[in-house]
Formats: sequence, C-alpha cells, structure tokens
Amino acid sequence: MIRMRQLLRGYSWKENMLAYMLLLPSLVFLAAFTIYPIIKVVDWSFYESAMGIKHYVGIKLYERVFHDDVFLKVLRNNLLLAIVTVPISVLLALYMAIWVNNKVRGTSLIRAAFFYPTLIPMIAIANIWLFIYTPDYGLLDKFLQLLGIDGPNWLGDPSWVLISMMGMLIWKEAGYFMIFYLAGLQSLPKEVYEAAEIDGVKPLRKFVSITFPLIMPTTLFVLVIATTNSFKLVDHIYIMTKGGPNNASNLLLFHIYETAFSFWDMGTASVLTVILLAILLVISILYYGILDKRIHY
Amino acid sequence: MKKLGILLVALTFALTACGSKDDSNTNDSTKTTGTEASTTKDTTSADSEKTTDTATASDKPVNLNFYFPVAVGGPITGLIDKLAADFNKENPNITVTPTYAGNYQDTMTKVVTAVQGGNSPDLAVLLSTELYSLLDMNALEELTPKFPQTYFDGFYEAFMGNTKSGDQVWSVPFQRSTIVLYYNKDMFKAAGLDPEKAPTTWEELRQDAAKLTLKDSKGAISQWGIEIPSTGYQYWMLQALSLQSGANIVSNDGTEVYFNKPEVKEALQFYSDLGRTDKVMPEGVLEWATVPSDFISGKTAMMFHTTGNLTKVKTDAKFDFGVAYLPANKSFGSPTGGGNLYVFKDIPDDHKAAALKFIEFLTQPERVAQWSIDTGYVGTTKAAYETDLLKNYVAQFPQAAIARDQMQYASSELSTHQNGQITKLFNDNIQAALLGTMTAEDALTKSQQQADDILKPFKK
Repeated sequence: MIRMRQLLRGYSWKENMLAYMLLLPSLVFLAAFTIYPIIKVVDWSFYESAMGIKHYVGIKLYERVFHDDVFLKVLRNNLLLAIVTVPISVLLALYMAIWVNNKVRGTSLIRAAFFYPTLIPMIAIANIWLFIYTPDYGLLDKFLQLLGIDGPNWLGDPSWVLISMMGMLIWKEAGYFMIFYLAGLQSLPKEVYEAAEIDGVKPLRKFVSITFPLIMPTTLFVLVIATTNSFKLVDHIYIMTKGGPNNASNLLLFHIYETAFSFWDMGTASVLTVILLAILLVISILYYGILDKRIHY
Repeated sequence: MKKLGILLVALTFALTACGSKDDSNTNDSTKTTGTEASTTKDTTSADSEKTTDTATASDKPVNLNFYFPVAVGGPITGLIDKLAADFNKENPNITVTPTYAGNYQDTMTKVVTAVQGGNSPDLAVLLSTELYSLLDMNALEELTPKFPQTYFDGFYEAFMGNTKSGDQVWSVPFQRSTIVLYYNKDMFKAAGLDPEKAPTTWEELRQDAAKLTLKDSKGAISQWGIEIPSTGYQYWMLQALSLQSGANIVSNDGTEVYFNKPEVKEALQFYSDLGRTDKVMPEGVLEWATVPSDFISGKTAMMFHTTGNLTKVKTDAKFDFGVAYLPANKSFGSPTGGGNLYVFKDIPDDHKAAALKFIEFLTQPERVAQWSIDTGYVGTTKAAYETDLLKNYVAQFPQAAIARDQMQYASSELSTHQNGQITKLFNDNIQAALLGTMTAEDALTKSQQQADDILKPFKK
C-alpha cells in the first residue's frame, strides 16, 4: 500500500513536471508582463515620484488620492456607468440572442447587424458618435428636429454627457455579449424543451424555468466581462470629450492615463492603478464567490 | 489602453534598437576636434582613431534623431522629410532622421520615455509650454551660449517668451501660432454691418454678435453671433481675454500664476456672459474641433480660433471671410501657442553641434517663409516677412498678415512647472464657470488655491 502511494506520488510529480514545462512559456510571459508590473506598481505607489525625483512617502499618496475631488468624481462616474450599462447591455444581449437563435428568415443578416458594432475599433466608433452627437447638425439632432424636439448639447452639458456615453457603450457592448449567449443557447439540451413542449408550456414560462437557469453559467461569465470592461474603457474619452466638461465624463482609466502621461506623476498614477486592480479583483471575487454557488452546471 | 500598452512596448524595443545603432555611430566619431578626440578616446580601434585624427568635425558622419508631431492639417510629414533631405544636401555628413511621433501629447510621451530610458533623441519639436516639465527632468541643453544674441533678437519677442526661463534660452521658436478673430463677411453684409470692419472692442463685439444672432420662424436660433471654444484650450482663450483686460496670468519663471486677479475675473465673466446672459454664443461647452466646422458651415458668424486653421478655413469656406485682431477690452492682446525646437542634453557633443546647425538651417528666412505658407503657422522671424516669397503671399492673401501684425500685442502662453496639472485644473474650473455650476469668482479663487499648492515646492 505504501509502495503504491509512493509510486503514485512519483508518478504525479513527473506528470506535474511535464505540465509545468508545457505551461512555462505562458508563465514566463505572464510573469514578465503581468505579475512583475503589478508588483512594481504596488511598490511605486509608496513613492512620490515626479520628474526624476523619487522618495518614499508611505501611504501619504493614498490619503491624498482619497481626498481628491477629481478622483471621487471619476470613481462615481465609473460606478454609475457600470450600474447602468451592465444590466441593460446584458439583458439586451440575451434578448437579441434568443431572437436570432430562432430559425427565422434573415437570421444571419440580423446576427451580423447586431455583432457589427463589436467589429469596429473603439476609436472609429467614437469618431462616428462624435458626429452623431454634434449639436444642431449632428445625426441625432437632425432626427429629433423631424419630431420637433430640440436636443440638448449632448457632449457639452455635464448632465447629459455621461448618459450620451452610456448610450453609445450599450450599443457597442450588447452585440459582443450576444455572441456568448448565442453560443450558450445553442449548447442547451434539446430534450428539456421537447418535454416542455409535450407538457404544453408557454414561451415565457419556458424562458423563466428552463432557458434562464440553464444559461446562468454564460450569464456569470458575461457579467464578469461586462463589469470589468466598464472599468477598462478609455479610448472613446480621448476622442470625444477628454473627460470634460469639468470631469463629468472622466473615467478611472483615463484619469490614470492623464496623471501618468500628462502630469508625469507616476506615484499618484501607481496609487490609482492599485485601486483599479483592487476594484477589478473585488468584482471577480464577488461574482464567482456568490453567484457561482447558485448556478447549476 | 491595451493597444497603447502594446504600442509602448513596441516603441521601447524600437528605441533600444535605434539607441544601440546611435552608440556605434558615436564611437566612430566621438569628439568635435581631432586633438580632443585623441586625448579623450582610448580604447577604440586604430582604424577609426586614424580617421578622427585627420578629419575635421564636419567630415564625420552624424545621424540625428529628430522627433516631431503633426498638429495641423496638410502634408506635414512630407514637408519635414524634404527639409531633412535638403539639409543633407548642404551638409552631406549630417543625416537627419525625422520620426513622426503622433500629436503633441504623444510626442512628449515618447520623448520622455526615451529620455528616462537613456536613449534621448537629439532634437524634437514639442509644445513651447513643456519647457518647465523638461527642465525638471533635466533633459535639455541650454541654448543661450550657443547662438549670438542677434540671432534670438531676429524672432518676434512674443515667441521668445516661452523659450526662456528667466534669462536663459532653452528652445527655438518653430511652428508657432496665436489666436485671431475669424468672421464671415457675407453674414456681416446680411446683418447690415460693414464687412471690412470687424469689431475692435468688447462692446462692439457684443453689439455685432447680437445683430448676427438670428432666429428662425419657430424661435430657435439658426445662426450664432460668435463661438469661443471651451474644450482643451479654454485656458488659452481665457488668457487672451485676460491679456486684453490688462493682466497676464503667469510669471516669467513658471513658479507663479495670477488666476485670481480682478482682470482675469472680468475676462471669465465676459467669456461666460456671452453665452449665459447675452445669448449670442451657444451655452455650455463648445468643442475645440467643432468650432471651425460651425464657422465653415455657417452656424456661427464669428469665432476665436488658432491661426493654425487659417489654411483649412481658406480651403473649405464657401464664403468671403475676414481675419482680424481679437477685440480689445483695455488693449489688444493674444497669447502665442505652438511648438519649439528643443536640443537634448544627454547626447554626444558632435550631435549637439549638428543639431544646432539644423536649427539654424530651419530658421533661415526663406525656409521660415515657405514653412509658414505651407502650414499656416505664423512666420517666427521678422526677416521671413521681408522675403519676396512671403511678401507676395501676403499681397494675395492679406488675412495671413493679421497674425504677424498682432504679434506686437502678443504675450507668452501659460507655462509653469507641473504644467499638465495646472492647465488641467484651470481648464476644469473655467468649464465649471462657463456651465454656471460655479461663479467666476469661486472658480478663479479655487484655481489659484490649487495651483499655489502644486507650485509651492518650486518657489525659491
């Protein structure tokens, strides 16, 4: 028995060794481009460093950041953006996926239309929407004028700019999430639906009792992607508003970029990066820790 | 952001590659004079030692790394390449390799990354306002002793402002601009105004703008009197209005700002009143890039904008337009803007000598004239406007002379230590005042307080 165990252990050690060897190339890159920078950024966040001067200040920079109006505003914007765009775009994605999953005429055309925004680079999208949102002679205002409505200054009014951004982001993201749902829907077992069919179950009940629970693993995945994505959006701000007016559309990642490459304040930028990493980590832990237990795989 | 990261990594690799190539060049041609070379050099091969001993400075091949941004429309990269090729014809031993580095901000990022990585470029075109950031990094070569005083005197005084910290000169004016008033002559005629007489005072500006603001049958405004942009460069616009009221907002050593002076308050009040009280300018924030489109498409009758857009407006506008001085409150006034040529410190001496030669080449009157015609930037030297080239151009297109004539009233642009941060906070507060979420007074008091905190360590 003991010999057997030893044998097993030796065997598994060898097996593991092989696995590690196979993983090594990826691990090297992960270490060099993800883990090392993370350690470095945590280290830098304790140093006040600007323009070549660098000295240790402990957690002073963290204190300063948490008392900074701009940071608090940016954080608030980012949370609002996540709270609004994530549920809407995920629900919309599920709705679209169920729609195009049915065998109706022109499905592939509709699928392509829904997925299309995902294929366009963010920079191009931002430029297109910059024109859509142009006051008076932009596409949206021209359309509203037909209905006799005078549109606001979409990107120039602090109470509208974030809403305008949300509209654009939902349009862009929903198609992307739809693809995950579509894949999920197509892998669902047919038998359950056939059984429901025999029992004469109505479509809504079918969705609530069968489709939605069975698609939960996909939903979890999409939620994680969607929420973390909403903290990683930056390209469009650079093109459309530069975070303005008066930081009303500024988001965390753009704030980090500005702090690092416009203010050259690497210490504060590192602090902000650590905070962003913490937020992303908490989101993943929450989702996987809480939702995961309630999902049937 | 991810894409940006990849770009940065790729760039770092590219820079390291360039850097090592440069180093080998340097070894072949270390010092300026033969005797100096033989004393300072010890370990290079006998072969190259022989060449350095016999050759004079100008015979040794030098390869200059030159970073430049593109900030206005037009085939700038082609023009720069041609300048480099022409220079090489005159100086066969110096090859300038121009590197297009994106917009001003991108170029600054690349230069700083390169400097901090020890692979500093030889020279670069960067915003004139980056002076103190570059000085704080100890990246620049001082130019005061490199040129005779008469050379610097040849430039317009207002352009020299941003090249200096106190009395030391650190850069040379290259692609410079300033703010002017553009106005639509056809609309002036339609409103019963004299199309040859642009408003010269704030009061006239108000009155003309009111006459030029038109409503359609439903009462919605179909044409605005004036637009002053308020994204990205609102600090620049406010600085213009402050100068017209008789005060500049920055000291000449970059350690002090005067945001809370009464003149600045008057300027900000005027800026926000145009939209909020007089209703002759659209309310809220006006996008920098949209304002010229609004002017060209006839949505506004007048605009404040950079001379950098002169060529674009000239090509695209389907109506007769005029260019004028910015109207005066107490006096005329406008800040300068744009980019200067910087030489870096951490490069070999023969590269420095070659870089200075290239700068001298670029600032010869004929070349400044041609550059101004091709790009729309203001000619930086008085001599350039004496050339036949520019004289003829101005005769055909008199709008081009306005910026030059306004130079006598111009001052240097806001530039301080921690310039990015100061500009950003000032910009944010100006927007808050324009949007009405803060009074002009509060916005400026807050700006001053925040700026003082940031600048405290730099005051001696």
